[in-house]
Amino acid sequence: MNRSKPISFFWKPLVFFICLTPFLIITSNSFGLLGDLGVNQVETLIDHFGNWALRFIVIALAVSPLRKITKWSWLSRYRRMIGLFAFFYAFMHFLIWTVLEKELNLNNIIEDIIERPFILLGFIAVFLLASLAITSFVRIRIYMKGYWQLLHNMIYVIGILSVWHYWWQVKKDITEPLIYALIIFILLFIRIAYYQKNKAMSQTKD
Amino acid sequence: MFIKKTSDIKPSEITSETNYLNRRSFIKAGSIAGGSLISDATFGAIIPRSQKSTLSNVKKSLFSTSESMNTFKEITTYNNFYEFGTGKSDPFLNAKEFRSRPWKIEVSGHAKKNGVIDFDEFMRPFDLEERIYRMRCVEAWSMVIPWVGIPLAKVVNYFQPTSKAKYVAFKTLKDPEQMPGQKSWVLNWPYREGLTIEEATNPLTILAIGIYGKVIPNQNGAPIRLVVPWKYGFKSIKSIVGIEFTSKQPKTSWNMSNPREYGFYANVNPNVDHPRWSQSMERRIGNSIFAKKQKTLMFNGYGEHVAHLYKNLNLNRYF
Repeated sequence: MNRSKPISFFWKPLVFFICLTPFLIITSNSFGLLGDLGVNQVETLIDHFGNWALRFIVIALAVSPLRKITKWSWLSRYRRMIGLFAFFYAFMHFLIWTVLEKELNLNNIIEDIIERPFILLGFIAVFLLASLAITSFVRIRIYMKGYWQLLHNMIYVIGILSVWHYWWQVKKDITEPLIYALIIFILLFIRIAYYQKNKAMSQTKD
Repeated sequence: MFIKKTSDIKPSEITSETNYLNRRSFIKAGSIAGGSLISDATFGAIIPRSQKSTLSNVKKSLFSTSESMNTFKEITTYNNFYEFGTGKSDPFLNAKEFRSRPWKIEVSGHAKKNGVIDFDEFMRPFDLEERIYRMRCVEAWSMVIPWVGIPLAKVVNYFQPTSKAKYVAFKTLKDPEQMPGQKSWVLNWPYREGLTIEEATNPLTILAIGIYGKVIPNQNGAPIRLVVPWKYGFKSIKSIVGIEFTSKQPKTSWNMSNPREYGFYANVNPNVDHPRWSQSMERRIGNSIFAKKQKTLMFNGYGEHVAHLYKNLNLNRYF
């Protein structure tokens, strides 16, 4: 416990900086510093933030199984930060879609959410992620007691919704959404396996 | 937050290719024109092999739009050409080594003249024209592209289709060694497209062999591709090796892969949405990041030339 403080002063900012890198890269590209946004800038921005949102959701989902397998308990210290970054990228994805793709036309946005199932899925995912982000503070966590874990298990639902959203959006080449779906399936499988094992162990104790 | 530095100069002005307007050097090509029999060609199209070469004897056309054109870079780095990968920049990256010569085109089906013809022979009876057309992708973006090509109607007439020829079917080269995208199962290769004979002989329809007055780059469908400006981009099949006159409606690649989303006709139509997105608006490539999207026009704005082709067709059903 005493050793954890100096470590976190070094490691936490480092992990934060690493998580921020996709944002820094696309920002510099937006200003034409390192690269550019290509020919269809809006599409590039939306895809970039969408992809990174999904990647961070998968990383957040991987923390617990990885911790159990490797016994690296320190991993869970970064879970909240990773989850908040997932929200950050998903929100940027949503924000750019709202402002640059839908041009802040509220009727247009509502129509898309209602009429296009893949947009509805994405919208629900961002909404759920926002609710996890808002309740991520320690005080709220303490206040919510057992409900907190119940709510935060939603990350699996969010993961499934996000991949589904991606899958329905692509025109034809589903390779990438398929890879994400497989990873999420494996992570979910590991978690269920651990859950069953724990249940079996607690039953034998009885 | 994401302000991309934009200038007040229109894209077309930036790209003013030096050679582009200075190609008024009329070369006497009488010897070639004399060689072809059934042809009213003045010059006869001679297509250089190098893709940097400038095309000569290109006529202007009244069908061209005066809208500002997209830059050569935009037209040649943002492409859907799944034979070279499904990413927009994949064709630019993966088509560099593609061999567009020697090239043969097989003409078959219900026509008096049939056979396998070398590309140079194929082109010779025709004069080149520039056609500056709007291009509307089914993905809701658009460009303005200065094509160089030949009217498909002249090609169709040249091969003398019989009365049984109701459709014209096209096929792209299938060569997975050269076209790495064909190693994936994303579409059923070779890529296939088709038009009714009326659509094929409409004066707007062309076979393009150039862009910006130069030989067409590989990623845009070298050496020869279809351009049907009132239809979604996927109808304009690239790197053509087969032209067949058929009596039945030919199978077309996107329709085969997803008939619910992609029809045979694929006319640009703002009133019929794609099942997953709206087709009422489009993003013009090259505009500022904050530029408003523009309204998509019926038949991509070419209604006066093509609307009559569909007057008895339910466009909601035959999308």
